[in-house]
Amino acid sequence: MIPVCRLADLPRGEAYRLETDPPVAVFHTDDGEVLAIDDTCTHQDASLADGWVEGCEVECPLHASKFNLRTGAVDAPPARLPVRTHQVVLEDGVIYLLLSDAPPNLPPCAVARAGGGFA
Amino acid sequence: MKAVAVVGASLAGLSAARSLRQLGYDGRLLIIGAEPHRPYDRPPLSKEFLAGDIDEAALTLEADGEDLGAEWLLGTAAVGLDRRERTIRLGDGRTVRTDGVVLATGAGARTLPECESLAGVHVLRTLEDARALREDLARGGRLVVIGGGFIGAEVAATAHGLGLEVTVVEAAPTPLAGPLGQTMGQVVCELHADHGVRLLCGVGVQGISGGRRVDEVLLADGRRLPADTVVVGVGARPCVEWLAGSGVALRDGVECDAYGATSVPGVVAVGDCAAWYDPTAGCHRRVEHWTGARERPAVAVTTLLHGGAAAPQLPKPPYFWSDQYGLRIQFAGHAAGAESVTVEEGAVADRSFLAVYRRAGRPVAVLALNQTRLFTRWRRRLATALPAACSS
Repeated sequence: MIPVCRLADLPRGEAYRLETDPPVAVFHTDDGEVLAIDDTCTHQDASLADGWVEGCEVECPLHASKFNLRTGAVDAPPARLPVRTHQVVLEDGVIYLLLSDAPPNLPPCAVARAGGGFA
Repeated sequence: MKAVAVVGASLAGLSAARSLRQLGYDGRLLIIGAEPHRPYDRPPLSKEFLAGDIDEAALTLEADGEDLGAEWLLGTAAVGLDRRERTIRLGDGRTVRTDGVVLATGAGARTLPECESLAGVHVLRTLEDARALREDLARGGRLVVIGGGFIGAEVAATAHGLGLEVTVVEAAPTPLAGPLGQTMGQVVCELHADHGVRLLCGVGVQGISGGRRVDEVLLADGRRLPADTVVVGVGARPCVEWLAGSGVALRDGVECDAYGATSVPGVVAVGDCAAWYDPTAGCHRRVEHWTGARERPAVAVTTLLHGGAAAPQLPKPPYFWSDQYGLRIQFAGHAAGAESVTVEEGAVADRSFLAVYRRAGRPVAVLALNQTRLFTRWRRRLATALPAACSS
């Protein structure tokens, strides 16, 4: 399990970006749920932790694609592929993650960068 | 309504087709496209695609396995609309009959006469344009970009990244003063100098010369700029000539009410070709942004199917972004009519800031450079604020 931060340090409506490879976004929803998905939008390189959370959805800050925080599914285009979800564990007021071992759906540019292409 | 034709197969057309199906329309759906391609994403054409970072498959807009149950008539433009017969005439001679029409023909790049006659002179709008320009940029050498707007600036930044020697020529004293205002237009155009790209402002282009291929750009003040490749980025015009005489009212695009209805019943318009009425500003505005092309079709299609009986939600303030030199520029709202602009976070000198435009003390627009998170909040806040008046 990867420790993220103390629950008290992540207010409702806020997100925390964990610098794993690829990075993970941990959201504390207005309803008090803590949910984790891949941070990188599957459409183009943008951090979903910078997006707007409404209910159980996050809107990508760049092109307004929407992803369901519980399932990772695309709720609004232009994104075509879902993000991975990660299991969240709360223990003694600390948020931990169990990372998915599924292959991530990274956007073409993030893949090019990871593969050594120029940014 | 038994048949609906969507004229235009880009983002706005695709979004309209999706909205039709989402709203329960199950009749015949025709999608007519002048280009031979299925809908593709245009913003990367001046950035990641031009740089060679992504391929054509990555530009696809349809989801894997998505089936709209549509008949695609691609590679042939619509050339006429007959509202009495309810038919659309196509460039290849065919005629299609339809009950409802969504106009989504977009805009085309403005050109100079030399674009036709000289090799190495490009515009950038379509996938074919981008392929041809990418091939020429791979030759290296000197690139002259005519026009310092967003397309010109993005091409300049991409070409600089590819190692070309780049000069941008802008006729106005400040590039981007229209969309961003004088102050911030000046700030954003300084990004060129930051990266060693030459920017010449306040000077027009007299002509482009060469033999078979371009070799120089002649400026109005007599200067000559040697060039191996030239990009003309001088704006776009709505593709509405084919509607002349159809009865659809035109004014810098298709004139629409605040919900996308045109002057002809059963015909709505969306995307770059449409000038929607903005009730809070009291004028028509043609919004050439990607997000408008994605969001407005849902409103227009509701109008088409329900004849305006339902009260669709008004669209959000216009939003666009630009990526230049690895920096993310985001803008929402209307800069025209703003009385002040103040930096509220970060610093201009750091190339990381957020600036708010205000009129009568109310925020009317917001600009961010590498401040994505804060920008999202302001963009939402703007949706509830008073929009700016039209500049004209």
